[in-house]
This record gives sequence, C-alpha cells and structure tokens, in this order.
Amino acid sequence: RFIHKWGHSLLARISTHFTAFKAAALIQRWYRRYMARLETRRCCTWRIFQSIEYAGQQDHVKLHDFFSYLVDHFTPNSNHESEYEARKDSEMEKGSDYESIEVPDNYTGPRLSFPLLPNHATALVEAFRLKQQLHARYVLNLLHETRKHLVQLPNINRVSTCYSEEITVCGDLHGQLDDLIFIFHKNGLPSPERAYVFNGDFVDRGKESVEILMILFAFMLVYPKEFRLNRGNHEDHMVNLRYGLTKEVMHKYKTHGKKILKILQDVFCWLHLATLVDEKVLILHGGVSDMPDLELLAKLDRHKVLTTEVVSCEREGRAGSCPGAGSAPWAPPPGLPRGHRASRSSSIPCSCGPPWGPGAGRCRQQAGPPRAGRRGAPCPPRQKQVVDILWSDPMAQEGCKANTVRGGGCYFGPSVTEQLLQKYNLQFLIRSHERKPEGYEFCHRRKVLTIFSASNYYEVGSNRGAYVKLGPALTPYIVQYQANKETHRLTMRQRISRVEESALRSLWEKLFASSLDLLGEFKKHDADKTGLITLSAWAEAVESVLHLGLPWRMLKPQLVNSSTDNTLEYKSWLEDLAKEQLSRENIQSSLLETLYRNRPNLEAIFRITDSDHSGFISLDEFRQTWKLFSSHMNIDITDDCICDLARSIDLNRDGHIDINEFLEAFRIVEQSSTEGDTSDCPQATNTDNSGCSKPSKR
Amino acid sequence: MADDKEREGTELVIAEFHKKIKDAFEVFDHEANNTVDVREIGTIIRSLGCCPSEGELHDLIVEVEEEEPTGYIRFEKFLPVMTKVLLEKRYRPIPEDILLRAFEVLDPSKRGFLTKEELIKYMTEEGEPFSQEEMEEMLSAAIDPESNSIRYKDYIAMMVVDDG
Repeated sequence: RFIHKWGHSLLARISTHFTAFKAAALIQRWYRRYMARLETRRCCTWRIFQSIEYAGQQDHVKLHDFFSYLVDHFTPNSNHESEYEARKDSEMEKGSDYESIEVPDNYTGPRLSFPLLPNHATALVEAFRLKQQLHARYVLNLLHETRKHLVQLPNINRVSTCYSEEITVCGDLHGQLDDLIFIFHKNGLPSPERAYVFNGDFVDRGKESVEILMILFAFMLVYPKEFRLNRGNHEDHMVNLRYGLTKEVMHKYKTHGKKILKILQDVFCWLHLATLVDEKVLILHGGVSDMPDLELLAKLDRHKVLTTEVVSCEREGRAGSCPGAGSAPWAPPPGLPRGHRASRSSSIPCSCGPPWGPGAGRCRQQAGPPRAGRRGAPCPPRQKQVVDILWSDPMAQEGCKANTVRGGGCYFGPSVTEQLLQKYNLQFLIRSHERKPEGYEFCHRRKVLTIFSASNYYEVGSNRGAYVKLGPALTPYIVQYQANKETHRLTMRQRISRVEESALRSLWEKLFASSLDLLGEFKKHDADKTGLITLSAWAEAVESVLHLGLPWRMLKPQLVNSSTDNTLEYKSWLEDLAKEQLSRENIQSSLLETLYRNRPNLEAIFRITDSDHSGFISLDEFRQTWKLFSSHMNIDITDDCICDLARSIDLNRDGHIDINEFLEAFRIVEQSSTEGDTSDCPQATNTDNSGCSKPSKR
Repeated sequence: MADDKEREGTELVIAEFHKKIKDAFEVFDHEANNTVDVREIGTIIRSLGCCPSEGELHDLIVEVEEEEPTGYIRFEKFLPVMTKVLLEKRYRPIPEDILLRAFEVLDPSKRGFLTKEELIKYMTEEGEPFSQEEMEEMLSAAIDPESNSIRYKDYIAMMVVDDG
C-alpha cells in the first residue's frame, strides 16, 4: 500500500545514499518528535490540574454564598453581644488557658520553654523530621507568644541587607514539611547572618501545616529581626476550613484543637502584609492593583481583616474573556455598610467582595442582633487593599482587570507594576501565590519574580520548588530543587507518566460525577439514536458539561478507549467510567454522583455545621443542612433519599454521624496510599491528652 | 453530485483539522490570547503527528511569523499553514524499521549496540546536533548503566510502546 511503497523507496534511498550524517539526522528527528509529545503531555497534565483546581475555587465561592446564608439562618442569637465580646477578649488575653494543660510524663516529643532559644527552634525542626508531634500545651504557648510578638509589628515590615548579608525569600509551602527541611538543609538554618522571609501560604493541602507553622513561628521569636513572615491568602480561617488546615489541626489535637484554631485565626490576622528590603524590593504574597497605596497599607488595621474570602461574580472559562474593570460599575453594598469588628468567633464569615460583578460587596456583621448601626471605618478600601495584595496575579497584557478565576483581587499588567515601582522608587517585586513548573518565573520585563517553594505540588514530579537569595546588590539568585529523592532517579518520561496518571484520575472522577449530564449531552448529538457519536461531538459535549476549558481532543487517547472509525459508543463508555468509580451500589447512582461532585464542598459543609468541632453532627443537622444546600444549589434530591442516606451513614445508630467515617465511606478522605498513611493514624507518642472515649480507628 | 459530496467531505476533514489544531495550540497558549511563544511551535507541530527536521521546522516558522518577528506566533497565521501541512500529509513520522536501519548504519559491525561515547559523538556532531540538555535526557533513558551502552533495538521498542 501507499505507506509500504513510500517506506520501500525511502529504504532504497537509504541503502544507496545513507551516511552516518543522514542516519543521525533521522534519529534526531524522531527523538525530537518523541520529546515534543512528552512535553505536550506534560502541559496537558498541568492544564488538567489547574483547571480542576480553579474549578474547585469557583465551587468555593458558591459555597461561601451558602455559608453566609446558613449563618444568617442558623447561628444562635446572642442577645448580650457586648458581654460575649468582652468575655472573648479576656479569654484571649489570658492566653487560652494553656498553663492548665498537663504534659504527661511519658511524652517524648519536643519541649519548649520561653523565652525561646535558638536550640529550641532547631530541636523542633529535628523533632518534626523524626515525625514527632508537639504537645498541645506547647503549641498554645508558642501561638500565644507569637501573637504577643506580632501585635507590636507594623503592617509593612522593613529589612536591610546591612545587618544580615543575605536574605532568602521562600514562597508557598502549603504544608509540605519536606520542602522546608530541605531548604534549611541546603541553604542553612536561620541566623543573624542568614535572614529569611517566608511569603505566605504556609498551610493547607499538605499534611504538615501545623509543623511548618511551629517551626516558622519559633524562628520568628528567636530571630525577630531576621526572620519574617508575610500573610498569604491561605492564612485565613475560612480558607482553612476547606483546604485542610482545620482538618489537620482537629485530627492531630483532638482535645485542644478548637482552642488552637481560635488563636491561630487571630495570629494569622496579625501577620505582616508585606516586607520591604532596603526600601527597594517589595515582597508580598499575591500582587497589586492599579491603585496601590502603600501609605494606606501601612496605616490600616490589618488585624481587622479576618478573612479575605470573597464573593464573586460569575466565572467565565479560562479561555474566555474576562470582564474589564470598567464594565461593572462600583456598586455600594446593599443596605448600610457595616464595619468590621475584631470578632473572635471562628464560625462567622465576615467579608466584603471586590467592587465588581453582581451580588458583590455584601458585608455581614457578627451573628446576633444585626443592623446595630455603623461601627468603625467603612470597610471597602481596607478590605480591597488587603484582598488585592493577597490574591492578585500578574498578566502579560496591559491594564488591570478583575481576577475572575480566583474570584478576588485582580490581574495586573506590566504598566501597573511600572507605576508602582516608580511611585515608591522600587527596583522589583517578589511575589508567590502561583505555582510554576520551574519553581519560579520572571515577568513584566523581569520586574516581577514569582517564587514558589512547594515542589511536587500536584504530584511527585509535577514541578520544582525554588527560593531566591538577595545580597546587598539585590540581584536575585535563584535555587531550584525537588524535595523527593525518588524523582532524581526517574527519567522525564517516567516522571511525566506518574503525574499524568494522577491528573487523569482526577479527571476521571470529574467525568464520572457528571455522568447523567454527559449522557444528556451525548443524546443530543445522537439524533438518530444509533448509540454512537463522533469523537468531535464527544469533545464538544464534554466541554459543555464540565466547563474546564481543556483541550479534549489532545486528551482523547487517554480518556477514550480504542474507538474505531472515529465514533464512540457513549453508553458503554459511561458504564466503564462508573465501573471504575462506584464503591456502593446500594445508593441511587444519581445521588452518588451528586455527592461525588460536591465532595469537596461536603467536607466544608460538615465542618461549618459542626460548630463545636466535635467531629460529630446529628442526623437532623445533616438532613437539614443537606436540604438547604441542595435547594440553594438547585440539586434535585428527594427527601427520602436524604433520609436513607443519613441513616445508612449512622452506622452505630446513635443519631450522630462521625464526619470522618462518612467521608471515608465515600472514599472522600484524600488518598494517601502512596505516602504511607502515617498522618492519618494517631501518633503512638500519645502527645495529646485526648482522653477520647472512642477507640482509634483504622 | 459526486463532486459536491467530495467537497463536503473535504470540508468536514478541514473542519476537523481546524479543531485539532486549535486544541493543540491552546495547550501552549498560556495567556489565553491566541498566541504562543515561537519556541513552542515545534512542539505543537509535532504533537499534531508531524515529524519535521529542524530545517523544515525553521522554514515553517518563517511562514507563520509576523513580518517583524515578535517572538510570538498568532493563531490566525498558524492555522492556515498548519491545515495545509496536515492536508498534504507532510513530515510523516518515521516507521520503526527505518529507525532501526538508521541505528544499524551507525553500528556497521552489527554488534547490536552503540557505546555511550559513540552515541554522544553521533548525536552531537552529525546530522542536526543535539543540545547538551537533549543529549543528557536521551542518555538518561537509553543507556544501560551496567554496560554503558545502548541496545538500540530494545530502546526503540521501549520508546514506541510508550509513545502510544
């Protein structure tokens, strides 16, 4: 046939004219194509992770609406609001009673005494490296001292290279202790000659957020002038509810977790918003807006910004257009603008959105008799400044527009950066907030440096981490790494396969969760009811249901098994999806799909409902909450289904649902099979004086 | 009538090509503004099934670049050129047996393998030479550390399976 003939003539040419030169050229040509395909797979994989993550963030925003709604209708009224406040205040001042906590004699973990000394901090690092856990008493003590220290510090922190010759700036760590230990190992421990700035997002997602906080706070107390921490958007109790810190704390500290979370919420608010090096390099977590006002930033009451959780306008696909800053005129929030109060309660969201988009700018006061009149300064400018700093991202295009992907902050262009640098006579900006495959990235003509320190963020092999060093000349010197010994032994090919597998698994799950919708779409493309659709139609249908903006035709080989002549039997494809995912056949499949789809939200909902952080919610609470949620999100589940579900989850029939058991029943608890499940098992060191009657599970 | 059908068929094929090209392009369009860095064009073209040499690639880039090269390639310019490439089935991939022959040319005494030094010499001095990075990457997967050589038949078999 044609190819055969072509091959033969090529062979003929080869045997007469073939030289080493031509042979080499052929091999190189083939090899380059192979590598290009690998690179494409790698990019596709990255896109998958990103779009799923951003889609998750959008869920987060919808969820916030729901929470606000919940709060309005379900949090108990407190008639004596001011008394309540006063009581809370004094509690905080008293130091959350850590002194009364006993440390058992058989505790073998690290012990702290205050004032902290350098060897205490180093001992902590070593102890955590050996997987020990710090006793709750020391945790609370440390947090209390940290708060005392932070309260005295300004919003914008100033550092000079006169004192410490070099400054190392690290980006997001996200609970990945291995990366922190690696950085200290490779770059050296903090000291008066070795200053460090950690640029936010220390927690959430990774499993050792608590340990990272302990280490960072300890070093900050030991070297207050040389060790600084900027706040990131994840240093925020609302975000923590959903992204893992709350869960980690409650899991590791069953008795005192609540107290820890409460004081932590306060500590987060007192973190620096930005750091200035030699008055020339500005370090902050997200970015800037086109109205950067460092004077305002320096003056505002940063601790009153409890959370930068935002209410957002509708999400538009990543590839689509974003509304320009001018398109949605600033609309004052409906009703009286209510000032923020330094509220201590952890379950009340308090936020103000960016001034664009429908439904923006809702402010909620603490629960209790609302509408008690204005208090404090009007919220929008302060909140907006902080939101912008913690959430914005740079973009290549000029201008400044709303960051609809994140739902808060903005996208800022090169001229915005230029303006900022000129206005304050700065040389460049260092920020984090965005993961980069190489751990760092320059943009805006090298005036903005993104630094990201959590390597292998999505999966082993997915990206490198990096940190940047500044000397007196302020020339950035970047060090990259990948804190997993395994990856060095893998070839690029193997690395990509592993990461790809992980991304594909997430994608499979998402597809499965939308099976019904997909079936509906497929049927639309199959007017003749043949049971077949073209692969092109498949791609269109999938995108219209999932809205992930992914290049489906590129991903087709991994998602669709052998399809002859460009068509697909969609029903059997969906069945294959189900076979991989279903774990419980006795539950109605559409319910399962819905739950699956809202899996990340479920966990957050439970934690909000479980306002006393006990780990249990009553059947009634579950039913009510779920009903509300489904009506709010327009999900169609019958009452009977909910009742059945609730009953089936309550395994010991005591009228309470154990959150963890529920989530595990649906395999919702994050799979840690590759990491060896050490964090999910209560430590054998018995560091937490839990006195819990329930025997440890698993 | 037959002509119409044929035209329709071609139109469908072209429409499909357009979608494929768009998807491939979007993977590398990091700023979602219908442009890609010129350095990624080679990757995109190869991901669409073509196997051009570096020289052929260079010629293609000249075709899709702006008159005043900006370092970015716009989708509007890329699409028609790439569609033509696909329609004409240019830059076909290399069949396995041809690849094997190529290795055999470099191994005249038919030992069945090439030493690491030989591979490096050929790949970095002949044909369209590898960069150091490309060479290192190839070595990491191809070289059997014990014998410090590449058994090319096995190597090809491994790569082909993996390529999908």
